Amino acid sequence: MRRAALILVPYLWLLALFLVPFLIVFKISLSDIALAIPPYTPTLDLSEGWQGIRDFVSRLDFENFVFLTTDDLYWRAYLSSVQIALIATVLTLLVGYPIAYGMASAPDHWRPTLMMLVILPFWTSFLIRVYSWMGILSTEGYLNQVLLGLGVISSPLTILNTNTAVYIGIVYTYMPFMILPIYSTLERMDGSLLEAAEDLGCSRIKAFWLITVPLSKSGIIAGCFLVFIPTVGEFVIPSLLGGSDTLMIGKVLWEEFFNNRDWPVASAVAIVLLLILVIPIVLFQRNVEKQRETEG
Amino acid sequence: MSQNVFEPWNDPDATPLIQFRNVTKRFGDFVAIDDQSFDIYEKEFFALLGPSGCGKTTMMRMLAGFETPTEGSILLNGQDIAPIPPNKRAVNMMFQSYALFPHLTVWDNIAFGLKRSAMPKLEIAARVEEMLKLTRLERFARRKPHQISGGQRQRVALARSLAKAPKLLLLDEPMGALDAKLRQATQFELMDIQETTGTTFVIVTHDQEEAMTVASRVAVMDTGRIIQADIPRIIYEVPVSRYVADFIGDVNLFEGTARARDTAPDAAAKPVDAAPDGAARPRGTAQPDQRGKRLHDRLLKYFIGPRADAPRQLAPPTADAPAPGSEPTETGGIAIDWADGEPPLIASNGDPSLDGQRVTLALRPEKLGISKTRPDVANALQGKVIDIAYLGNLSTYHVELAGGIMAKVQAANTRRVAERDITWNDTVWISFRETAGVVLTE
Repeated sequence: MRRAALILVPYLWLLALFLVPFLIVFKISLSDIALAIPPYTPTLDLSEGWQGIRDFVSRLDFENFVFLTTDDLYWRAYLSSVQIALIATVLTLLVGYPIAYGMASAPDHWRPTLMMLVILPFWTSFLIRVYSWMGILSTEGYLNQVLLGLGVISSPLTILNTNTAVYIGIVYTYMPFMILPIYSTLERMDGSLLEAAEDLGCSRIKAFWLITVPLSKSGIIAGCFLVFIPTVGEFVIPSLLGGSDTLMIGKVLWEEFFNNRDWPVASAVAIVLLLILVIPIVLFQRNVEKQRETEG
Repeated sequence: MSQNVFEPWNDPDATPLIQFRNVTKRFGDFVAIDDQSFDIYEKEFFALLGPSGCGKTTMMRMLAGFETPTEGSILLNGQDIAPIPPNKRAVNMMFQSYALFPHLTVWDNIAFGLKRSAMPKLEIAARVEEMLKLTRLERFARRKPHQISGGQRQRVALARSLAKAPKLLLLDEPMGALDAKLRQATQFELMDIQETTGTTFVIVTHDQEEAMTVASRVAVMDTGRIIQADIPRIIYEVPVSRYVADFIGDVNLFEGTARARDTAPDAAAKPVDAAPDGAARPRGTAQPDQRGKRLHDRLLKYFIGPRADAPRQLAPPTADAPAPGSEPTETGGIAIDWADGEPPLIASNGDPSLDGQRVTLALRPEKLGISKTRPDVANALQGKVIDIAYLGNLSTYHVELAGGIMAKVQAANTRRVAERDITWNDTVWISFRETAGVVLTE
């Protein structure tokens, strides 16, 4: 009885905070746009009883999903989002792995401090941090001023409002999600494994590829998913740092909602995005389970 | 000295495989190894024994190449190995934690070192199979390390370190993680494997029993120095210092002042170097030097017979407890005044030149006798039984002597316990021969 109650808690949580909102969004995606508050029709009117519900259901259709296939803006936005997310994930891995490696090989008494430094940016608003990147990357920004001052470049670089700025923003923002899982696998690794590899004839570099990388694989996979999944739907970074040619589905979604006030189409976009992300989410869960298995 | 006994350290012509030459290792201010020189010979099973922090692991890590000596040099086959990195040394190590690669199968773990060499694939496979057979792991080749037992993991680690057929195999506390029964079985297995492969083994351990069982020579270490390195029998029977006597097995230590005893006329004929006593047993004085030995072995022995080799071969303590009415007390040696109002302890194997010095008489518990009546031997002390530890085959009696000194006496339980005549609070005599102990000055 007590165990059932304990299991119930997370399921209630999931029901209230994921399943119910999802069903509401799904319902809206099946509606039609209307000049009303809320801006869609039909709305469920329970005062008419059973007849009202039947009436309501009969007016729902998949029109909006069909619409998404007619305009190539949408599939191009999905594709471009996945592409940007993939590139950004690889970049985050390339920067994050050495940082995690450095942290794991630092002396014991240094590690809590380093860990703090990685988490520290979370203490400020995400929005403010992205805004401050505008100050750094703009044509008159600090980066250009420093580079001009040092004589590295003669005319300012255009970084802001390009995909480069979006990559910089994503790599910066999601770095801790990459570092922490990798760090935790590297930290648990037995140092004598590398000595054993060396003893058996490996050079240090070879030992890194043959031992360290395979053993941190689960951390790498976890980190990549933790970066990739939210990045696909990212909206703030592309809209603040990206340019007009930065096409990401999060931005499209925002415009449908707020500029077009087309909630049904926006909801359809969100549902398709979720379906796209289900694949990596399932893969991520598999990785977690597999890791538990090998440890247990 | 018979020729088929494996004792290369006594052969002046043998060239050592490993030579430590005045090796010092410092970590900051801490001296881990303090100016040590010693040799390890081919096919030896050499044990470094000592408490944690004595420097034994540092010694091993220097051989493996993970540490370099601060001063001095280590020679392998006469060549300084300091500039050779660990991955280029013909030395392999079996780690205390085994350090098996968790993402690789048993087979791939064993093949790991071979794959790093230029060996052809077929030969690698053959060698791995050979190693699997040697360690009886054929059935587990496809398993991952977390799918096999602790004892099997230990054998995988051994197989992996032996696969490259190293000149020298280092074993860092190889049986530390095994339970007592398995450990014993593994010790014998290890000795078999060492014999079969003919590899030189250096083992680091804090378990004296393990060191005594497996090793051809044991080096007892303390605070960065080797205190004594010799065959197990000598380490046990003729320790050079109180530290060694105390570290290896159980021992009774009687401290007192030495007094030279009268030397009987026939005792003068005895060689002086018959004294096995630790400090007064400097190897140089009683023995010919290297050149002298060679001269003797090549030439003189044909005229005057073989050379009595090392002093340690002389006058080991007699093993058994005295029988009542045994032969008369040997003359010579020293008497030790150890407590007021008590008769001195007679040690005929003590060096009379220690006269007047503070010495310690070390006696192994099994070399003492215990009886209810005073036996007719050189040394007999009266005391009271405080405690009896029953070990099955043996019993250890804790006997309180004059001045509250506790002595441990070990006796075989030749009778069943119910028929034993000594029990708690009995007044007993503990006795030992005049040659049963070892006189120590350090």
